Amino acid sequence: MSRRPLVRVCPPTTWYFRQPRYLRYMSREITSIFVGAYCVLLVVALQRLAAGQAAWEGFLLALQSPLSIVFHLLALVAAVYHAATWFNATQKAMPVQIGEDFLPGNVISGAHYVAWVVLSCVVLFLAGVF
Amino acid sequence: MAKSHKPVVWFPFAAGGTVIAFFIPVIVLLTSMAALGHVPDGLTYERMHAFAGSALGKLVIISVVALSLWSSAHRLRCTCFDFGLRADKAVATVLYLAAVAGSVAAAVYLLRI
Repeated sequence: MSRRPLVRVCPPTTWYFRQPRYLRYMSREITSIFVGAYCVLLVVALQRLAAGQAAWEGFLLALQSPLSIVFHLLALVAAVYHAATWFNATQKAMPVQIGEDFLPGNVISGAHYVAWVVLSCVVLFLAGVF
Repeated sequence: MAKSHKPVVWFPFAAGGTVIAFFIPVIVLLTSMAALGHVPDGLTYERMHAFAGSALGKLVIISVVALSLWSSAHRLRCTCFDFGLRADKAVATVLYLAAVAGSVAAAVYLLRI
């Protein structure tokens, strides 16, 4: 008697279209492309800064090209989406137990959002935006 | 004695994820302002050079850049796999090497300032 176990077919390139939650997962994965590209831009910025004042000012001017503006807007959306989904996940990743009970998940994620806003304002203040 | 190299990869990934979540959006916002023609005072050559010239500034910059690079490399590796690129070892090697190279380059540039 031959045994034929069930092998579930999983298309390697299109599996995430099966379920909305897979699509949401993949939409978060895609943000890593923009974040990764932006990290490369940060290294380039350091190189320009080390090369002197003229190089740095040329870099700032190059940021104003249409391609750079489009990239920055996409990277901004990707970074904010990445951060928000990260903070939403914290309540699952590190639940806080007090005695018998667990701290409500919204409190954990909410605390992260508050810290995020405060830290962002501090950075903006140090950078002289206000 | 644990015999897995996973913690070595995983720790900077988790740290980098946190750094990206808390700091990359506001940094992107700053350079976006510069891209739209409103360069913040903090991004002028004098202020940036003074910041990157201080020991604390160097430490902050290399932490943000190196951890973000490593975390992005790890996430891109997972993304490649999820999109059907199953040559995981090759992808991982290329991306991790790129992250290390980028971090070393960032450190060298910082030491020149």
